[in-house]
Amino acid sequence: MSIVAVAVSPSWYLILSGVLFSIGVLGLLVRRNPLVMFMCVELMLNAVNLTFVTFAREFGHLGGQAAVLFVLTVAAAEVVVGLAILVSVLRLRPGATADDISSLKG
Amino acid sequence: MIFALAESIIEPLAEFSRPAIDWHALSPELTLLGVGVLVTVLDILYKERGKQIMLVITGLGFLAALIPIITLAVDGVASEPRILFNGAYVVDGFSLILKAMFLIAGYVVVLLSSQYVADGDYWENEYYGLLSASLLGMLVMTSARDLITIFVALELLSIPIYMLATWNKRNPKGNEAGIKYYLTGVFASGIMLYGMSLIFGASGSTILKDIFSSPDFLRSESSAFVVLGIVFSLSAFAFKVSGFPFHTWAPDTYEGAPTPVTAFLSVASKAAGFVALMQLIVVGFYGREDVYAPLMWFLAAASMTGGNIIALRQKNIVRLMAYSGVAQAGFMLAPLAVVGVSTTSADQGISSIIAYLVIYTAMNLGVFGIILVVARRTRSGDVKSYNGLFSVAPTMAVLMTIFLMSLAGVPPLGGWYAKFSIFRALISANTVSGYVLAGVAAVNTVIALGYYGRLAARMWFEKPAEELEIVGGASEIGSSENAEVENGSDVSVENAYEKQIVGVKQTIKAPFSLGIALGITLIATLLFGIVPGTLTHFTTVSLF
Repeated sequence: MSIVAVAVSPSWYLILSGVLFSIGVLGLLVRRNPLVMFMCVELMLNAVNLTFVTFAREFGHLGGQAAVLFVLTVAAAEVVVGLAILVSVLRLRPGATADDISSLKG
Repeated sequence: MIFALAESIIEPLAEFSRPAIDWHALSPELTLLGVGVLVTVLDILYKERGKQIMLVITGLGFLAALIPIITLAVDGVASEPRILFNGAYVVDGFSLILKAMFLIAGYVVVLLSSQYVADGDYWENEYYGLLSASLLGMLVMTSARDLITIFVALELLSIPIYMLATWNKRNPKGNEAGIKYYLTGVFASGIMLYGMSLIFGASGSTILKDIFSSPDFLRSESSAFVVLGIVFSLSAFAFKVSGFPFHTWAPDTYEGAPTPVTAFLSVASKAAGFVALMQLIVVGFYGREDVYAPLMWFLAAASMTGGNIIALRQKNIVRLMAYSGVAQAGFMLAPLAVVGVSTTSADQGISSIIAYLVIYTAMNLGVFGIILVVARRTRSGDVKSYNGLFSVAPTMAVLMTIFLMSLAGVPPLGGWYAKFSIFRALISANTVSGYVLAGVAAVNTVIALGYYGRLAARMWFEKPAEELEIVGGASEIGSSENAEVENGSDVSVENAYEKQIVGVKQTIKAPFSLGIALGITLIATLLFGIVPGTLTHFTTVSLF
């Protein structure tokens, strides 16, 4: 009973989005599978959306909600391009991880 | 019943009146959009047969988009800015000079691409469509005075370049260039967006002018949000301009991408990053110099020093230019560290950065033009291929020397004036940090002369290299060694990598379009150095 009674304040959402964003950043830096790295980018962008929506609701300001629509659309376009690049990479090097893609250096 | 339903939907809409749109102010973007759509549609209609006209249409289209910029300038936009969409989009003197610069740079890149894309076995029509889309993003960026608009402009200019960088898709290096650029790019935009969402939270608006005047933004209670927000959103553009700790993608992407795309990346994409930085700092975050000034100071000093020191030991011409670009970005970042001192120093800092951007664009595109001409013959990116260039191709050697000396900042060339205006902006701010940064910049000017001078000396004093190790087709200019697939998979790339040994003692002649590109860049480099007034007349703008 008492669990339900606790009011969910905006700061909860901000903390959640901060945690999601950190998981995304850490995952992108730590994981070596390119596909998982893409997923971590999506996690980062969705954390951003959550922050925008939370603030938009708090201020009663539509700008934040408009931002979410733009972020969603652009993220979709971005992922399409990213997957196309990934497919062309994996055609030449099947099963490559981020560490294998390192012929350019110096 | 259906009518009633339809009316119930339409009725609330009928009260909505469209805000007035200033079509004249938007006409450069609309022209460019038309060019991009036209190229894409013609590509579908004509396929192979359209190859020859695509280049012409794109080039002329970029020049046509300059016409509305001239009419806007004649209309007096510089003195009374056109403010659109509630202040989210502003056409003023600042945006006009930068739009003109982006369009001319785009035109020169089209000229540089003409031979290259036709020589390689690529479907070239999409190439020009993507180039137009990216250029449109840059034009939007110059007018974007709103966080969401800046984000959309950034993605519009970046996403086509991710594809252009991966253009050599059958080549492992081309792929690698693309995926490295893509991953760092999306990582940076994720960081930037999080920063922007925090700034929105601290100020309650996405429009830069409102952020600046928001009392919450300056209050110290909201400082954790504000500090994180500013640092995150500015660091993302440090990726874009390849500032020092964030430069790691640049050399690899420059090497693996097609050389005309590298030229585009190294000038236009970098300039777009600076445009965003200037707008964010001077319009949006101006009251918080306690946060951005130390960040910019560190980035500028680290980029100049780090870029120059790593450039000293580069063996590949494209990688050398990549690190040279990091160092040059450091110079352009420097005035941003002192813009917060007063509005006068902000105006002066902005003007000096724009002047530097214009001159840097001219001289860097010139260097890449020569790299393309030389690589057409030698098929190599090794700096050794420039040995004795004077005895083989005197004109090319003279032009390359002019561009390199301009990059190093030797008077009376354009690069000299660019560096001079940066020093002037730093010193006239009259603060300790400004003087120290000017000192760092002075030391770095001398270090830079080391590698530019050494490359110039190769062309004049050394004997031509008898043999050069070279690689496959025209797509391989960026790499000096034979590529190998490292994970041992049986990939059929052997055709592309047969080794050939070719002397460089053959005459090197620039194709017609490359000749025009070199002419434009040479005139700009010389004119802006000898008569800086021709440039400063346009770059004296204010963002306030």
